[in-house]
Amino acid sequence: MNRTLSKIFLYLCLLIVAAFMLLPFYWMIVLSTHTTHEIIQYPPPLWFGNNLSANLQTMMGAVPVVRSFANSVIVSGSFTMLVLLFCSMGGYAFAMYMFPGRDLLFGVLIVTMMIPWTAGIIPWFFMMSRFGWINNFLALIIPNSANAFGIFWMRQYCRNNVPHSLIDAAKIDGLSEWLIFFKIIAPILVPGFAALGIMMFVNSWNDFMQPMLILRDDKMHTLPIMLKYMLGDPQRGTDMGSLITASTLAILPILVAFLAASRYFMSGLTAGAVKE
Amino acid sequence: MKPPKVLRAEPLLKEIRRNRVAYAYIAPFYILFAIFGLFPIVSGFLISFFRWDGLSPMKFTAFRNYVSLFQDPLFWKSLGNTFYVGLIAHVFILLGGLVLAYILNTKLIKYPNIFKTIYFLPMVTSAVATGIVFKAMFGMNAGIINLFISSLGFGKIDWWGGTGAYIKPAIIIMFSWKWIGWNMVIYLAGMQGISTDIYEAATIDGANHIQVFFRITIPLLRPIILFTLIQSTIGTLNLFTEPFILLGGGSLLGGTGNQGMTVMMYLLNKAPYGNNHYGYASATAYVMCSIIIIASLINMKITERREGK
Repeated sequence: MNRTLSKIFLYLCLLIVAAFMLLPFYWMIVLSTHTTHEIIQYPPPLWFGNNLSANLQTMMGAVPVVRSFANSVIVSGSFTMLVLLFCSMGGYAFAMYMFPGRDLLFGVLIVTMMIPWTAGIIPWFFMMSRFGWINNFLALIIPNSANAFGIFWMRQYCRNNVPHSLIDAAKIDGLSEWLIFFKIIAPILVPGFAALGIMMFVNSWNDFMQPMLILRDDKMHTLPIMLKYMLGDPQRGTDMGSLITASTLAILPILVAFLAASRYFMSGLTAGAVKE
Repeated sequence: MKPPKVLRAEPLLKEIRRNRVAYAYIAPFYILFAIFGLFPIVSGFLISFFRWDGLSPMKFTAFRNYVSLFQDPLFWKSLGNTFYVGLIAHVFILLGGLVLAYILNTKLIKYPNIFKTIYFLPMVTSAVATGIVFKAMFGMNAGIINLFISSLGFGKIDWWGGTGAYIKPAIIIMFSWKWIGWNMVIYLAGMQGISTDIYEAATIDGANHIQVFFRITIPLLRPIILFTLIQSTIGTLNLFTEPFILLGGGSLLGGTGNQGMTVMMYLLNKAPYGNNHYGYASATAYVMCSIIIIASLINMKITERREGK
């Protein structure tokens, strides 16, 4: 009896927290089906309306949403690809080769993870403008593509999953080092690519501060920057209906992917902490 | 007989040449880090001693930037705001994360993965998009939170206006909402690493869940809690997107009475987003990072001392 009571109590706690976590998402979707007028009146709507298509149309007219969506895909996609290439190469080298200076170089890499990057933000910004990288996706793709965390992560992954014997066998067969990596090793690393790739893609997709400094032209906006632009649009005033609709669209792809494969997301996103 | 383990010059060069592919594999990191990491950090330190608007020649002013920074009440205000939000939010994030992880780890709950997924949702969604929704939720007239409050019989709260006293609580609510799940998943992973024998032994000795939680789970999770604390310190000092969007996404001044202005907003308002005091902004960045490092060291010291007790 006592046990049942405490069980009910625990479920109640979990459900209340769950309701609090889900409420913003629920309300976001509800509001995207209402007109601005309905949204700002009292009491606010709690159930779905029928203004979704009108909101979508207003949104399409107000901002280049398709373009921003494509920009987000381009930036996050190419960033992720590059991260996977550089980090798997680096992690593989640190895990599988015994070369002079390896431990020292790896120590340097670990130390760089502890430096707060904010310290260099002003010169970093200047560098970007000198390179002509303001309004250029390269500023968001290149600088962090060979990141220390990813290499560290891939090194762990290679250590646990790549057998030395496989490399030796390939060498005996006369394959070159590059071929060994891209033909033999890379396929073994695919699950690792998925976990690290999800983490990098999500972070890049949601990234706001750096894109805000770099992407000034509205043709170059990614989704979060487009939302910020809609939110603070002084001329048209903010049309709440289309703004919330756009917010929903911006999170939808990641949301769906997350719900479909939440386990991979959680293990990917927290891998650094847990695998210490 | 094995050769002696002393490396002479020629074998070393040979070794390096033999492993040249490995050096090629790791080269991208060191090249990119030198250009985009090391160079900005070093030159940021130098710039912080100059007055510079980004166009005209730089003027050496020694510690002037640092002195005016420490004399600026707005800097202290934004630093205070940042710590206020960070400290209070982390009571919810840490305790909430630990308690939720503990409950889900007890095996009393069916389908723990459903709860885990729900709690983790905010972490994968854009803070700009969710910030826009939270801004609406905290609306004075049509906000769902005021609807709830008034249905309980209390007066509506003017979250963004008035004296600005409710700006920080609003930021804290959103910030906690976002991070509880992340901490929970990490603690849960840590708890799953704790052997069930310890729990069983404690239960046989007659310990209840609250005793087990405080006497066994928390002490054993200390390294992981420290890790999340250090991460949280860095995250808090860089706090920017949530308050910026909640306060309208246009101004860096943090709303009524600068109540929602964080250090990161203060920095970007000096340069490059608001004004163009590049030297001053660099000095701010260096002070911020010193605080991050000092706070991390304090975190480590506190945890170490407790460990020794």
